[in-house]
Amino acid sequence: MSAQKDRWVSSFSFLLFCASAIPTHGSGRVLQELSPQRYFSALQAGRASLAYFSHNVSPGAQPFLEQIENSAEALQDYGISVVKVNCPKEDVSRYCGKENALRKAYLFRGNMLIREFPTDALFDVDSIVANVLFALLFNEVKYVETLADLQNIENTLKGKLNMVFAYVPATGTAEHRAVMEAAFVYGTVHQFVLTTEAMLLKESSSDEPDVSSAWLVFCHCQRATDLAQPCRRTAMEQALTMLNIHRHLKLMGAPLVTEVVEDPEKVSTVHLQLGLPLVFILSQKETYEADRRTAEFVAWQLLGKAGVALLSRDLVGLNVLRRSNIALKTPDEGVPIKYLLLEDTDEVITLVEDKNKVKQIQEDEEEEDDEDEKENNNQDIQDDEVVEAVSRDKKRELPLEQIRVLTEETFHSALLETARTVVLFYASWEAVSMAVLRTYTEVADHLAGTQGILLSRVNCWDWPGICAEENVTQFPTIRIYKKGERSVTYDGMWGTKELTSFIVLSRVSCPLKLATIDEAEGYLRGEFPSELSSYHYTLLLGVFSTATSEAREAFEEAGNILSGHVTMGMYFEDDALALSRKYAVSPPALLLARGGGQSVESIALSKQSAQDMVQMIRYELLDIFPEITVQNLPHYLQLRKPFLILFSDGDIGQMESKEMLKLAKGRPQQAFVACWLNLKKTPVGRGILKAYFATMPSLPVLIWVNLHAGGQVFKFPSEQSIAEMNILSWLEKLKAGLEIPSSTLSEEDWKPPLPAYDFLQMMETAMPELPLHMSHHHRDTLEQHPPESPEGDTATWDKPSQETKAEKMGSPGRDLRGTAPRLAAREKQGKRHSEL
Amino acid sequence: LGLALYTGSLCVLSCAALVYHDYCIVGAGPSGLQAAYFLQRANRDYVVFERSHAPGSFFALYPRHRKLISINKRYTGKSNSEFNLRHDWNSLLSHDRRLLFRHYSRDFYPNADEMVRYLEDFASLLKLRVQYNTAIIHVTLERDEQAWNGHYFILTDQDRQTYKCSCLLVATGTWVPNVVNFPGSEYVEGYETVSTNPEDFAGQTVLILGRGNSAFETAENILGVTNFIHMVSRSRVRLSWATHYVGDLRAVNNGLLDTYQLKSLDGLLEGDLEDLAIIKDKKGKLHITLQFYLENSNISAGVDAITLPQDELDNFAPRAPYDRVIRCLGWKFDFSIYNRSLKMMPGKGDKKKYPQIKPSYESTNTQGLFVLGTASHSIDFRKSAGGFIHGFRYTTRAVHRLLEKRHHGVPWPSTIYPVTQLTNSIIKRVNEASGLYQMFSVLADIILLRENATAFEYLEEYPVGILAELEMQTGRKAPSGLFVITMEYGKNFSGADKDVFYYNRAVGEAQHAWQSNFLHPVIYFYKHLPTENEMKLRPPDWPLPRPDAIHHIVEDFLTDWTAPNAHILPLRRFLENCLSTDLRNFFAESCFLFAFTRQKLPPFCWQGYMRMQGLEGSEGLRRHAVEAGLLQDYSITDFLGDRPPDSHKGSQDQLLRDHVISVRPLQHLVNAKDE
Repeated sequence: MSAQKDRWVSSFSFLLFCASAIPTHGSGRVLQELSPQRYFSALQAGRASLAYFSHNVSPGAQPFLEQIENSAEALQDYGISVVKVNCPKEDVSRYCGKENALRKAYLFRGNMLIREFPTDALFDVDSIVANVLFALLFNEVKYVETLADLQNIENTLKGKLNMVFAYVPATGTAEHRAVMEAAFVYGTVHQFVLTTEAMLLKESSSDEPDVSSAWLVFCHCQRATDLAQPCRRTAMEQALTMLNIHRHLKLMGAPLVTEVVEDPEKVSTVHLQLGLPLVFILSQKETYEADRRTAEFVAWQLLGKAGVALLSRDLVGLNVLRRSNIALKTPDEGVPIKYLLLEDTDEVITLVEDKNKVKQIQEDEEEEDDEDEKENNNQDIQDDEVVEAVSRDKKRELPLEQIRVLTEETFHSALLETARTVVLFYASWEAVSMAVLRTYTEVADHLAGTQGILLSRVNCWDWPGICAEENVTQFPTIRIYKKGERSVTYDGMWGTKELTSFIVLSRVSCPLKLATIDEAEGYLRGEFPSELSSYHYTLLLGVFSTATSEAREAFEEAGNILSGHVTMGMYFEDDALALSRKYAVSPPALLLARGGGQSVESIALSKQSAQDMVQMIRYELLDIFPEITVQNLPHYLQLRKPFLILFSDGDIGQMESKEMLKLAKGRPQQAFVACWLNLKKTPVGRGILKAYFATMPSLPVLIWVNLHAGGQVFKFPSEQSIAEMNILSWLEKLKAGLEIPSSTLSEEDWKPPLPAYDFLQMMETAMPELPLHMSHHHRDTLEQHPPESPEGDTATWDKPSQETKAEKMGSPGRDLRGTAPRLAAREKQGKRHSEL
Repeated sequence: LGLALYTGSLCVLSCAALVYHDYCIVGAGPSGLQAAYFLQRANRDYVVFERSHAPGSFFALYPRHRKLISINKRYTGKSNSEFNLRHDWNSLLSHDRRLLFRHYSRDFYPNADEMVRYLEDFASLLKLRVQYNTAIIHVTLERDEQAWNGHYFILTDQDRQTYKCSCLLVATGTWVPNVVNFPGSEYVEGYETVSTNPEDFAGQTVLILGRGNSAFETAENILGVTNFIHMVSRSRVRLSWATHYVGDLRAVNNGLLDTYQLKSLDGLLEGDLEDLAIIKDKKGKLHITLQFYLENSNISAGVDAITLPQDELDNFAPRAPYDRVIRCLGWKFDFSIYNRSLKMMPGKGDKKKYPQIKPSYESTNTQGLFVLGTASHSIDFRKSAGGFIHGFRYTTRAVHRLLEKRHHGVPWPSTIYPVTQLTNSIIKRVNEASGLYQMFSVLADIILLRENATAFEYLEEYPVGILAELEMQTGRKAPSGLFVITMEYGKNFSGADKDVFYYNRAVGEAQHAWQSNFLHPVIYFYKHLPTENEMKLRPPDWPLPRPDAIHHIVEDFLTDWTAPNAHILPLRRFLENCLSTDLRNFFAESCFLFAFTRQKLPPFCWQGYMRMQGLEGSEGLRRHAVEAGLLQDYSITDFLGDRPPDSHKGSQDQLLRDHVISVRPLQHLVNAKDE
């Protein structure tokens, strides 16, 4: 630290008029001794001089004279000469004559007397310099006594000049001198204001100030635009010395944010030269403005503590920049720049303000130093939202009355009791299955009283036998066992609605064979079968002629696969033609009744394989312009297309809806998914917007995001109306690469959120002699050196605490042995104990 | 198999007297029957030879006082059958729930007769092919290029009947009593024949040779009627609760320790039995002396002429004459029936009662000969439970799995899971698996990572000693690293002279888990399968070589390692850091957000939500997650998310403005940083 200080002292002292660094010459040369005549005749216009008049012998003034003589050198640097005027004995002129005058010093500018100082105001060099400069800089340094005075000055300065406001407990002190010396240098640049009133200090500082120590604040009035607001202030935190004030003013004068387009290693700013760190905010084209604001905010926070630079990484091709958003350059030579990934601006500030924190972050980054347990004390805090939620809920008793507990004894018999048995296989210690158990109770609630369905559960922690037998390898698993048929494993969302629907749909066979044309018609109207009449699903009906058995088999197989997720009926009676004629299709064909049978679409079945049919049916069940929800997103993501998504606060307007629908329908083979998101229904959508944009855009907002390739996010210009043509031309521009993405989705991998306990290292630290580490050399040569005998080395395993403990307590086993009578007088040596 | 049939039929023609089987098991004790069970289930051609007319002939005689010291814990408060096997030391493994020992005895320390009855039932209910009254008296090799192992085993029984086998499973146990020869050893009675009626010892002074469970069992039986009992052995007493080895002196038999330490005349002495000599005086009393006294005396001069130790050292401890001397020195393996060509060698040092075998339980010198049961205890002598039913039932299963792979191309059974089940699969096993628990540090579960670590393969109870040969022995591949899950006591916790009750012996905090003393799960991570050489050079007392990372799950008083924060969380962090991934669970809503804001998804979202198996979570749970600060509720918080203005300097308005900027996360910088 001191080396650092030296550096900047030496590099900047040449800028200073300050005398402190200039070697002292003999005071005799600086101090002139003149006669009154010569003195007054030599006074030059505009040149200041401090004179005192003395009859040769005046013992009482001796210490005062010494101080004056000492200060001559300091004052010379400010162009003030110090003159001792030797009054001839007989002289009784104005200055020499009066006894009183001899106890004073006089400050002249030219031949004009500016001020006369009593000797008690000039008690040492500091007070002499302070008072002399204070008198000379009467215009440059305003002295205020009241808050009103201060505010008046402040107000007049707004938009013009910055103000340096200093409080000193008393004039003539070293601090006072420092302020005056600074004012001498900077007086024309900034308005200096001085006070000795403790009241003022209290008014302008929020916490209880220490009135006994001097204090200086830089008021940024030049930038102040709002006249009603006080100027922004940056207090100096160091002691009031000339050097510190100079440094502070230098920092205040530096640009708030430096814009950098070169290698940060090469960058040097005033901050670095003054021994302060420089923080780089790594920006890029797209977010430059926002980053600039961030940088300015950070810079205000760090003013006087560190510099802030804005680095455009587009212009600097450094690889290391990709992984981080902040860089920290310290003034110490040879210390490489730290690249960090920080979450918010607070972290940047603590990074600089808290030196220890800097070290800690550096250590974390380097992952070299010992992991102190305190540093990683977040490791034992649960960061798994599901586990934590379940633990917090564990004391609540679940309403499990509706769900039957099955055991190894009752499992098989229970399956035979009801037409459909739903079994949840779970483990009572496993969070996800316990979360699903809660959902399952809600399902049980919904289905209470439904005939032919038994809801049950098996805790695999109690009954691992059944779970193994039933080939349950994952928790949770839900299976529906149908009497006499193979079981179906639930593969949908672990949600109440989805699971309930699955169970309900599983009650009817899939596909359902319809026997008469009336049944088929009723089915399409959603009236048949009665089990499903109260639910609204998209209904699928396969129509087959007797000749199309191949397609029918594929359809049946597809039905098995989709069982529980869709309602499928099939009709293949002789009069199937009548049905197909009505809907103008030729069998084999598929009829789709959406939304309760208002409209029936028809599709010719040309594809023969069951897998293709499953694909086709799944695709047909997707909406053209869907509202995206947490539940349905995966279905649309499977299309692996970009999303054109309209975020809306509540339902979307009719106009937008119409235009978007037109857009979606426009091209049958759309290259994107047009959809919308209701922020009221899916509030997490706000999280998405928050991640995309620095500020919340006005709603509704239309966004293009390519989730599968590149992850670029584009925002439809808000000034344009959401109309098909506008959107299409915008999309053209997107394709042509003419638009700038608002942001790009992070490509970052999902790394461990926190480190693990490094037990291996702990063992090695605790037992350095442990031959855990085998050097390669060791490995190669160990063939000749067999490992040491196990018995010999076990002691090294003892952990220190235990060892000392054991010694202290004494081992009873050992004691017993010591007192055991010997059978044989001589003991065989070298033979090992062994039980016969 | 075709070959087997061929050679089998060949034998019918050419050597009518020769009976062929793929597998011959010698001995229908617990391990022989256990091996037979697995072979039967796998439909293998096998036979068990038993010299007695019933299984378990050792148990028909031993222990002489009929009290088994293997516990029969009928209640654990749990219904988990696998877990309960941890506390059932007598049952063999089978699918038949009737064959659990708790149905055979209500005693915690059951009577040996129950074991005999159990073994009879095990053989008959499972219809195991046991050929009784067949004592194999000779085993030799017949070289044959065609044979599985380059030779056949030719077994000869007491009637000169010969049997030919491709694979020989030796399950004969250790039944030959250890005998020491010293002058006067003819006066010593053996444990095998000594009276078990305490009345026969009334008012007698007894010396017992040996310090194992049989010695203490014998002493326990007569403790109340003798004048006093002295017990002599070369080694100090090893208490099983200090050594954590079930073969050491169990508290159930240690009454003599009480009476010794409570000054009730009984006592323990240390000394080498080979130095001992016994002289019978005219009254029939037995005097202890040392052989070097005899060497210096003229024996022909008569008993009285012999110098006794007390003549020189008048406070010689065992100077009182004894009425009886009983030898309880344990048993050893019967090496006598093997032809020299099989090179059945005794082990070294204290393992000399067992034949030398490799960690795969195969004989060191003869391929195709596997030693099962008690005789295979050299692998983990004085460490784990491989010499006892509750241990070797698992090692026998492991040997069977090795054989299935080697001779029938059946790979070691395994289950493939997605990586999201990694923590779960380990937690499940360490909490219930009995094989890991009983055969701690000997059998281990192995997790083989698939490429990209998106899935893994789980192998149960593999012998750690042959980890290097895993790919060859199991037929499973370990391309991307592996985890080895074992259970271990603290490294320096166990030992004959250890105080296992010292204050602060238990570790409670997960971060100090590596210092756990009680049996606890340990997980080793290797980026590559350790080599043979690395296995050889492993640190002393370590079951495995230095891993790339290690995790200890902190010891638990209830041996229940399901605590979310103390057990599961640190384990997850360990696994995450080994695989360099994020193994947290997420609600569907979080996955939804990630799907829109990140190009990559965590495994849980990828393997669940994206495959339409997202975890929606009930309203209440999601609220808990929000309260915990792990999930954000976007419906409530203002977008700007401003914190309440706090105590900063400066004007309020300025502060507020600053705050708006300050809370804006640098998210966009993060998100776009790969631009």
